[in-house]
Amino acid sequence: MAERAEQVITPALVAGLGAAALVAALSLGTVAVVAGAAVSPMRLGAGDWAALKFTLSQALVSAALSCALAVPVARALARRSFAGRGLLVTLLGAPFILPVIVAVLGLLAVYGRGGLVSAVLVHFGYAPLSIYGFRGVVLAHVFFNLPLATRLLLQGWQRVPAEHFRLAAQLGMTTRDINRVIERPILRAVLPGAFATIFLLCVTSFAVALTLGGGPRATTIELAIYQAFRFDFDMGRAAALALMQFAIGALAAVLAWRMAQTRAQDPQLAPEVHRWDCAGFPSRVADSLGLLLVALFLLLPLAMVLIDGLRGIALLDGRVWLALGRSVLVALASAVLTLLLALALGLAAVSRRQGAIAGGFESIGFLSIAASPMVIGTGLFIILYPLVDPASMALPVTALVNAAMSLPFALRATLPALRQAEATHGRLADSLGLGGGMRFRLLHWPFIRPAAGFATGLAAALSMGDLGVVALFADPDAATLPLYLYRLMGSYQMTAASGAALLLVAASLALFAVFDRWGRAAR
Amino acid sequence: MILQLDKMTVRQGDFSLSADWSVKRGTRLALIGPSGGGKSTLLSLIAGFFEPDEGRLLIEGRDMRGVAPGRRPVSLLFQENNLFPHLSVARNVGLGIRPDLRLTREQHEAVERSLQEVGLEGMGARMPAQLSGGQRQRVALARALLRDKPLLLLDEPFAALGPALRAEMLDLVAGLLERTGATLLMVTHDPRDAERIADQTALVSDGKVTPPMPTARLLADPPAALRAYLG
Repeated sequence: MAERAEQVITPALVAGLGAAALVAALSLGTVAVVAGAAVSPMRLGAGDWAALKFTLSQALVSAALSCALAVPVARALARRSFAGRGLLVTLLGAPFILPVIVAVLGLLAVYGRGGLVSAVLVHFGYAPLSIYGFRGVVLAHVFFNLPLATRLLLQGWQRVPAEHFRLAAQLGMTTRDINRVIERPILRAVLPGAFATIFLLCVTSFAVALTLGGGPRATTIELAIYQAFRFDFDMGRAAALALMQFAIGALAAVLAWRMAQTRAQDPQLAPEVHRWDCAGFPSRVADSLGLLLVALFLLLPLAMVLIDGLRGIALLDGRVWLALGRSVLVALASAVLTLLLALALGLAAVSRRQGAIAGGFESIGFLSIAASPMVIGTGLFIILYPLVDPASMALPVTALVNAAMSLPFALRATLPALRQAEATHGRLADSLGLGGGMRFRLLHWPFIRPAAGFATGLAAALSMGDLGVVALFADPDAATLPLYLYRLMGSYQMTAASGAALLLVAASLALFAVFDRWGRAAR
Repeated sequence: MILQLDKMTVRQGDFSLSADWSVKRGTRLALIGPSGGGKSTLLSLIAGFFEPDEGRLLIEGRDMRGVAPGRRPVSLLFQENNLFPHLSVARNVGLGIRPDLRLTREQHEAVERSLQEVGLEGMGARMPAQLSGGQRQRVALARALLRDKPLLLLDEPFAALGPALRAEMLDLVAGLLERTGATLLMVTHDPRDAERIADQTALVSDGKVTPPMPTARLLADPPAALRAYLG
């Protein structure tokens, strides 16, 4: 103990400081660069202010709809037991690693002008739907975030001790009493955090706006940054917009941080609770209908991608395989980097001797949740432009930025396991004099390996499907798979795009599964 | 007979539990045995959280099959989580009168009286988090008292308390039973608890609940299974 206490500068501290510096440089340093290059807000045009308004309004509506719809779904899932319940809960987790562009393609195949719903409408003499613009952006955001809100709420339900539902049954509570005494407090505890989190995600989302938005009335700030870059090459304006984006993101992140006290956990682990109050026919029908609609809402677009994709694969040429190869390389590099950053920050954060600064390491790891890929990308572009051809750096920059974006999720998964390792066996390790590498191998790693595998898999899948910063930098001949897919969509080769989408989903899932398996592999 | 277990068996996976005996009104029965033996399962059956797979379960001569937990003449205290953390003590007790908590003035007074009886006079406005573990279980007792059901089931609600406090709580329960005339079924893993409050004791082990016997006689000359448990 005494020996370890004297040794103030440990390798863990150095690694932690290095990782913290890198993350801070990426998320805050780029903002400083951007601020230096920005034009005065006075020079922003009406279109830019419209983008601000659109960003906020679509995020508000998306978050409100996702939360409101999640309430009946989560309640139905919490109080019913049926075959396939576990599967449905798993399905609710799927959108998280589903590449955004794939979901958009699926949504277009169902709700788009040439989609299923429009086909039915046209058949009966109505006009076809159009989901480009506000409606499409909100639809896609609800597609991604309704499952998230449902899972957060379900976790809230599962934190209620089973005794409380039994007590309610014994006291003869009706569904209405249970709603008032048990369920409303859950909603009050979970909904504000869920709303703020989803609002943040919708404010910083880029690919949805890129594919479904656009035009003067449906451009988000993220999209406006991209357009200022790619089409106008107006770096000053792009930088001013990036500052605006950063301010909103930071504000939303602070709100989400203060309101979300929910921990990431797997909702499947908790047992179903038997309920005696809601055996009546109407409530059963309502619950079944709600669950069925949600399952359809999530599955139909995916099924369409699968069906169209199988036809489309034959249309793909050699370029798609090159794009796939580049994407896999980027994803692997990004995943490994995410894991290293998470470990470096996590170990520094749990190291008890660092005291006050330990909390600092944790906070820095979550910084990038407020940053947006476009803001970081703008900053990096401004730095790199005088030095090299930014296009030649597209893949390394993408891997780096994706690692920073995945870091909050990776920390969220691994940090509790690290804390637990220290809490339960830290003193034992101290008394045995375990320090440095041995402490990591014997104490930390066995505890965090499953979480680390999960987090690395997640990072790989997120990076695989990412269509963000790469769109700023990439050179048409060196596209990643999502960008290639976006170009196919842009030239209306929808069937080929579906083929590429199928390939992209398969690769994302495979990467996730490989790392997750590796984490769970028997020691 | 307040409670009759008529060739009753319940199965949960590999586990099964059977019992075939009955209990007279006013009895204080302790259920003792190793953990995982099915003591809590038996109480859950009586309270209606599961149904037996075979046989019948009767309370006050009425077959309880299909009777919802809220309609059974039973109050059950769990080991923990007997209170809703976001409701005040008085509201937690008041749930025992009306789950929608629309109480008349007389009913509010009844709540206050039952708090008095468990030694929590004037604490109605407090929140559960402001109480000690023993006080929280007193609140649950006050609610059970107010519900005034003929059968009181205790699933080790005092297990987490120290020996002196536990004895105090058992004496409180004994005093309340004396006044209400209710019948007690109490799970415990400590023979001293049984000696303190229960005139009858039944052994729960190896998937069976033996018929109740006078506590003193059972503990003086324990059968092999009980001897193995007591050590």
